[in-house]
Amino acid sequence: MADQYDLIVLGSGPGGYVSAIRASQLGMKVAIVERERLGGICLNWGCIPTKALLRTSEVYHYMTHAADYGLKADNIGFDLGKIVDRSRKVAGQLNAGVKGLMKKHKIAVHEGVGKLTGKGKLTVTQGDKTTELTATHIMIATGARARDLPFAKADGKRIWTYRHAMVPEVMPTKLLVIGSGAIGIEFASFYNDMGADVTVVEMLPRILPVEDEEVSAFMEKRLTKEGIRIVTGAGVEKIDTSASGVKATIKGKDGKSTAEDYSHVIVAIGIVPNTENIGLEELGVATERGQIKVDGYGRTNVEGVYAIGDVTGAPWLAHKASHEGIVCVEAIAGEKPHPFETWNIPGCTYSRPQVASVGLTEAKAKEAGHDVKVGKFPFIGNGKAIALGEADGFVKTVFDAKTGELLGAHMVGAEVTELIQGYVIARQLETTEAELQETVFAHPTLSEMMHESVLAAYDRPIHI
Amino acid sequence: MPIEIKMPALSPTMEEGTLAKWLVKEGDTVKSGDIMAEIETDKATMEFEAVDEGTIAKITVPEGTDGVKVGAVIALLNGDGEEAGESTPEPAAKESEPRPSPEDPNKTGSEAKPAPENVEDHGKPADTEAARSDAAAPAPTAQHDGDRVKASPLARRIAADKGLDLSQLTGSGPNGRIVKADVEQAKPGAALAPKAEAAQAAAAPASAAPSPAPAAAAAQLPDVPHETTKLSNMRKTIARRLTESKQQVPHIYLTVDVRLDKLLALRGDLNASLSARGVKLSVNDLMIKALAAALIQVPKCNVMFTPNELVSFKRADISVAVSTPEGLITPVITEADTASLSSISTRMKDLAARARDKKLKPEEFTGGTASISNMGMFGIKQFEAVINPPQGMILAVGAGEKRPWVMEDGTLGVATIMSATGSFDHRAIDGADGAELMQAFKTLVENPLGMLA
Ligand SMILES: Cc1cc2nc3c(=O)[nH]c(=O)nc-3n(C[C@H](O)[C@H](O)[C@H](O)COP(=O)(O)OP(=O)(O)OC[C@H]3O[C@@H](n4cnc5c(N)ncnc54)[C@H](O)[C@@H]3O)c2cc1C
Repeated sequence: MADQYDLIVLGSGPGGYVSAIRASQLGMKVAIVERERLGGICLNWGCIPTKALLRTSEVYHYMTHAADYGLKADNIGFDLGKIVDRSRKVAGQLNAGVKGLMKKHKIAVHEGVGKLTGKGKLTVTQGDKTTELTATHIMIATGARARDLPFAKADGKRIWTYRHAMVPEVMPTKLLVIGSGAIGIEFASFYNDMGADVTVVEMLPRILPVEDEEVSAFMEKRLTKEGIRIVTGAGVEKIDTSASGVKATIKGKDGKSTAEDYSHVIVAIGIVPNTENIGLEELGVATERGQIKVDGYGRTNVEGVYAIGDVTGAPWLAHKASHEGIVCVEAIAGEKPHPFETWNIPGCTYSRPQVASVGLTEAKAKEAGHDVKVGKFPFIGNGKAIALGEADGFVKTVFDAKTGELLGAHMVGAEVTELIQGYVIARQLETTEAELQETVFAHPTLSEMMHESVLAAYDRPIHI
Repeated sequence: MPIEIKMPALSPTMEEGTLAKWLVKEGDTVKSGDIMAEIETDKATMEFEAVDEGTIAKITVPEGTDGVKVGAVIALLNGDGEEAGESTPEPAAKESEPRPSPEDPNKTGSEAKPAPENVEDHGKPADTEAARSDAAAPAPTAQHDGDRVKASPLARRIAADKGLDLSQLTGSGPNGRIVKADVEQAKPGAALAPKAEAAQAAAAPASAAPSPAPAAAAAQLPDVPHETTKLSNMRKTIARRLTESKQQVPHIYLTVDVRLDKLLALRGDLNASLSARGVKLSVNDLMIKALAAALIQVPKCNVMFTPNELVSFKRADISVAVSTPEGLITPVITEADTASLSSISTRMKDLAARARDKKLKPEEFTGGTASISNMGMFGIKQFEAVINPPQGMILAVGAGEKRPWVMEDGTLGVATIMSATGSFDHRAIDGADGAELMQAFKTLVENPLGMLA
C-alpha cells in the first residue's frame, strides 16, 4: 500500500523545503523527496557556502590592508583546507537546520531519486529499493545545474563548475572565469582577493549584463583596479587541457583569436533546469526551452502537477524559488494569494564591492516609455562610508517623472546587499518619492545614501 | 487679526458644495447667528450662520461658485475694532470653524491638513496645486463610510492625475488596499464627476490622445438639436449613489400582492375620529408603519452590511422617498416602529413639504435603517426600487387597485389589491428572511389592527 499524501514536493532546495513547510502549516500531509542533501543547491552548493568563502576573502583583504586602519599585521597567510572546511561546516549547519524543520513540521522526508509515474503517483528509488508514493498534488522543485561549455566538459581538475570552485584543493595561480553573471563575478572576486591572477571573459559588451549600465561600468573599472583582468565582447572558442594547465583560445572584440595559458578555468555561463528523467514527457507536462511552463500559481498544463523555482526559469534566485513555492501552495490550499510576479525581486552579487538592485534599469525604464528622473549619490559623500574606509560606490534611483513611482534602484559598494531591502519594501508598498523624502534615516549609516539618492533625483541632495 | 470663514461641512457626506448666495457683502457687520450665505449641498440648500462677531473684510469665494471644497476659506472676518483690508490670512484660525456639527468627520480632515498635502509639497515645485487638492479629496470621501480608504501613495497619485475617486474602487492589495494596478484598470464609473467633465473636454477634440479618458464616450452626442443642463450637486450625488448601489450591492426582489380592504376601512374609521385633531392619515403613513413593524418582527432584515460587520438595528427608522423637482430625497421617520400613526402622519407632511423647499436639515434625511418608495399615486402597478446604501432593503409600493380576487371562501370576487416588492441586499439578507419580512408586511396590512397594538 503506497503512502498517500496531500502534497509531495520533489526536490528540497529553497523552493521545495519552504513549500513543504508552508503546506504543513496549512494543514496538508506533506512528503519531500531529495536525492542529495536537504536544502538543495542554495544551502549546500550555492548561496550559503559561497557567502562563507567570500567572508573569508573579505577578512583576508582587510588583513592585508590592516595598515589602512592603523593596525599592524605580520606573517599574514591562509590555510585553503580550513577555508573550505569552514564553508562546508556552514552549509552543514544549515542542512541540519532544514532536517530539524522537516521534523518539526511533520514532513515525511524520502531520500532517493524521485520520478512521476502517473497522475498523483511518484516513485522514489534509493539504490535498488523503490517506494511508491501517491498524492493529490505533486510539486516539481528539482532546480538546475551548471551549464557546460559544449567543447570542454568540466572535469573538476582543470575545468571547474561552481561545485568544484567551491571546494578547491589547490589555489589556482592563473584563473580564467568564463561568464560575468553574479556567480562568475563572485568567484572572480574571491580568488582575486586570495591572491590568484584572475581574468574574466564575457561575451556581451559589459559585465553583470543584467545590471544597470552604470553599475556594469563602475564594476569593470573597480575590479580592474583590484587587479582582475576583464575582457568583454569576447568568446572562448576552445580549451585544451594538459597536465600543467589549460590553453584557452579567446576570440576578442576585434575578431582575432589568441591562445592564453591558465592554471584553471571556472565555467559560469548559466544553468540548465533539471527536467530529465522525472517523468515529465510521459505525463505530457509542457516545457519551453527546457523550463517547465507554469502560470502565476505554479500550475503546469497537467492538473495536479506544479513546478516552482529554478526549474521554471529566471530569475534563478533562492528567494524567487521560495516565494513562488509559497504562492503555489497557498493557491492549492484554497487561500487567495496574489499570483507570482517578478517585478519586485531584488538581485545581489556578493563580490567586493557588492552589487544590489531591484526593478528597472534606467535604460529599461526608458525603453518601457517612462519619462524618468534619476538620482545618484556617491559613497564619497557619506560619512559612514568614509569612516569604514569604503568610500567607493554609489546608489542610483530611477523614478517615473509623472507618478513618482520608484521604478528601480541600483547600488554598488560596501554592504549594499543589506541595504536594497529598504527600496524593495518601498516598492512593494508603492511609496512615491514623497514618502521616501520624508523618511528619517539614522546617522551615520550607509542607508543615508538611499535617502540622498532620492533627494538627488529631485535635485535637492544635501551632501553633494 | 482676521478670522477665516471656511466652507462648512453641512452633512456627514458633504465633500464640496455650491456657494449659492451671499447674504452679506464686504464691510457688513455680522453678529453670531446672522445668516451670511446660502450653501447648496448634495442634498439641500442650507443657511450658513455666523459664529463670530465682526466685519466682513473680504469675500474670497464669489456667489455662484460650485465645487467649493469643505474647509476652503470663503471669507475673512475682522474682529471688533479691526480695520478692513489689512488682512493677511492666518493659516489656521481655530476660533473660526463655523457651525461645527459634532459628528462631522470632515472637520478634522480639513483642520489638520491631511498628510498627503504636506508630503507632496516637496520636490514638485510648480505643477502640484491641482494634484494636491485632488489627492486630498479621496480621504474625506471615504470617511463617510466610517472607513479610511486604504490606498498606496502611488495609487493615490495616479488616481489624482486621472481624476479617479478612490472610494469607488475595490483594492486588490492586502486587506483590500488599492494599489497601482487597481487604479490603472479603473473603469469610467469611478471617475469623479467634476474631473470627468474636464476629461471630456480634453478628450473630445483630440481623439488621438494616447489613452482616451474614460468619460470620453459620454461626449459623443447625436447630431440632434438639444440643450444641456449642468448637473446639480444633488443630481451628481444621486447618480453616484445609485450607480454604486446597482454595481456593488447584489439585489434580490421579492413581490407580494396584498389585499387592502381592511386597511382602507380602518383608515376611514381612524380619520373620522382624528379629524377633530386635524390629522388625516394617508395610505402611505400606514405603509410606513407596517414596514417598521415588520422589520421589528423580522430583525434579520433590519440590517446594514459593512465591510467587516453586519449591523442589526434595534429600532426601525424609515427613510421615505419624496420626489422633488431636483430629484429624490429621503427624509427619515425615526422610531417608526413605536411612533403613533398620527405622529408619523404629522411628521411626514412637514418633512415632505420642507423637502420640496430644499429646507431639510442633514440629520433629517440621513440615517434611516430601511427605505420605502411609493409610486401608487402615479398608477404604477409594481416596481423594483434601488437599495439606498448602506441600508439593507427598500420596499417599493404600487397602486391599490380593484382586481379579481379569490376570496377566503374560494369564490371569485373583487378586492382592492396592492403589489409590494422588497429589494434586499443579498450579501446581508437571505432570500428566506426577505420572504419572511414580506410575509409579515402582508399580514400586518391585511390585518391592520395588529399594527396598532
Ligand atoms: C554558486 C552559486 C551561488 C548562488 N548564490 C545565490 C545567492 O547568493 N542568492 C540567491 O538567491 N541565489 C543564489 N544562487 C541560486 C540559488 O542557489 C538557486 O536559485 C536556488 O537554489 C533554486 O532553488 P530550487 O529550490 O529551485 O532548486 P535547488 O536549490 O536547485 O534544489 C533542487 C533540489 O532538487 C533535488 N533534485 C533534483 N532532481 C531530483 C530528483 N529527480 N529526485 C530527487 N531530488 C531531486 C536536487 O538534488 C536539489 O537538492 C546561487 C547558485 C549557485 C550555483
